[in-house]
Amino acid sequence: MSRRSGAGGPGVGRYLAGRIGQTVLVLWGAHAVSFVLLYLLPSDAVTIKLMGSTGLEAGSFDPQTLATAREELGVDSSIWSQYVANLGRLLHGDLGISYQRGTTVSSLLGEALPHTLLLAGSTIVLAVVLGIGLGAVIGYVRRPGLREALLAVPPLAVSVPAFAIGLVLIQVFAFRLRVLPSSGTDGLSSLVLPTVALAVPLAAPIAQVFAKGLLSSLDQPYIDTVFAKGASRTQVLRHAVLNSISPTLALVGVLVGGLIGGAVITETVFTREGIGTLTVSAVQSQDLPVVQAIVLISAAAYALATLLVDVLHPVIDKRVTHARATA
Amino acid sequence: MSELDLVPPPAGPDLLDRPSPTSATDADQPRGTRPRSHPLLRPTSLLALLVVLLVVLAAMAPGLFAHASPYDSDFAHKLQAPGGSHWFGTDQLGRDVFSRVVHGTSLTLRATLVAVAIAFGVGATLGLLAGYLRGLVDTVVMRFVDILLAIPSLLLALAVVTALGPGTIKVAVAVGVSSVATFARITRAEVLRVRSSDFVEAATVIGLRRSAVLARHVLPNAAGPAVALATLELGTAIIAVSSLSFLGFGAPLPQPEWGSLVAEGRDYLATAWWLAAMPCSVIVAVVLSANRISRAVGKTGRR
Repeated sequence: MSRRSGAGGPGVGRYLAGRIGQTVLVLWGAHAVSFVLLYLLPSDAVTIKLMGSTGLEAGSFDPQTLATAREELGVDSSIWSQYVANLGRLLHGDLGISYQRGTTVSSLLGEALPHTLLLAGSTIVLAVVLGIGLGAVIGYVRRPGLREALLAVPPLAVSVPAFAIGLVLIQVFAFRLRVLPSSGTDGLSSLVLPTVALAVPLAAPIAQVFAKGLLSSLDQPYIDTVFAKGASRTQVLRHAVLNSISPTLALVGVLVGGLIGGAVITETVFTREGIGTLTVSAVQSQDLPVVQAIVLISAAAYALATLLVDVLHPVIDKRVTHARATA
Repeated sequence: MSELDLVPPPAGPDLLDRPSPTSATDADQPRGTRPRSHPLLRPTSLLALLVVLLVVLAAMAPGLFAHASPYDSDFAHKLQAPGGSHWFGTDQLGRDVFSRVVHGTSLTLRATLVAVAIAFGVGATLGLLAGYLRGLVDTVVMRFVDILLAIPSLLLALAVVTALGPGTIKVAVAVGVSSVATFARITRAEVLRVRSSDFVEAATVIGLRRSAVLARHVLPNAAGPAVALATLELGTAIIAVSSLSFLGFGAPLPQPEWGSLVAEGRDYLATAWWLAAMPCSVIVAVVLSANRISRAVGKTGRR
């Protein structure tokens, strides 16, 4: 690390500042998009709020209740001041109050997030292991028929909807073999099936991108040189891996950033507590503050994951420096 | 955009279609000296085309395939396993599952087509404008695309559903909006490539108006990858539409949709596996076929 820091030079700081600025811009934009979608599009946010908090039908509210709710939501002020108020609360760390449950959105997220983080963490590990493993095997095998067969696996895996993978796993491992629970949030055994269900669709593109990079690296002239120097096939593969890991790493960043989306389906299929099931119930009851908060959290996850990958990139692929990027 | 933004589009054609230099022989291509057939005429592609054809027919005329009503219950024959009289078995109300899947085709397919049309129309237009006009338009559009890409597509779709409410077409709009960014990126990249080519420069130099250059020279030559992505997006959109319908945001019950059929079957997973398995298998078969055709179309485009 220290040996290479000279290569980065003063450009690194400028690169980082620019990249962090870009991240902040994306987050600000995500907030604007969520505000437009959730607070400007719905015909009547006041009725939605009242229906959520009282459980009554639309049209059954007396004028007094409606007036109070209008004031609370601030819908009588201009769109611009509503937007500023919404953004201002967010910047103070106030995500608002859930229409549906009456508690703060922060506390709802605080309860749900640990479950989803656990699932996300185990999923990433499994997806990377499966994806890199399959990709490496594809690079290692030499029989064209076998290689083609293995290359056909990832497109197959991405054609299966996440809920179908989950239901098959439940059917086989919970109902037939009775070795793992079909649902629930407690204990490590309840984590296994959801992790597999969530990891398979992520492992497929990882395997594709990694195998693609590996196969094109293996075609480079330097590989012949390494072979000529008497290296074994495994040693040669190591060279190729190091030179083809970058696109895979970028992809993993993108996939990590999108995990909350996948968790929505998987947590529903396995009836697990977490951000995913919270999202579904919030969308069903049009709980706008909760949906907005989840959209923002997932945008932040994406922005941070891709930022981290970009920052770590030169550490892993030594041909890349951030200084060049800003030049 | 710095050089470090190596992030590939989430599901660009490149991910699924990889003519790698070391894999010269295709699995479905008999090795020998015969000339390679057209990618769309290979056995697997023909099978895929047949599946898609059947699905389109089922959407337009469900009566051709299913004679039983998708709604009539028959409690004497409820939860029957697949067999001769009920290909896909019967559900908890004794309804014929095959009939429900066939009749669900039109809603699912309609939602899919609307979603792809929105994604293609809006995304390709944005990409075209950004790539051709460059400058401020490009910056603004691409920053907007970056923002859309940062929100996971399912969550973006769910946010749109929150605003619009449930329903087949609203789900379709949601899925379409959530894939706009990918189309914009692909189209812009392609327009940039075509724009710098000699014939576009020549057309500009001989005095054609910008709109004429755009319509006659840039658009036709840049359309290929966007069209290939649109066919690939069909499969993705079927999965997204079914997912939202599975979560309960599609058409109200008892109207059948592929996703909601799976969701209904989920409650009977322990006793009647076919309720979820049959619609799931249909979804997988159709998505695989759509992706297969997309790859064949992509290969044709490159020749």
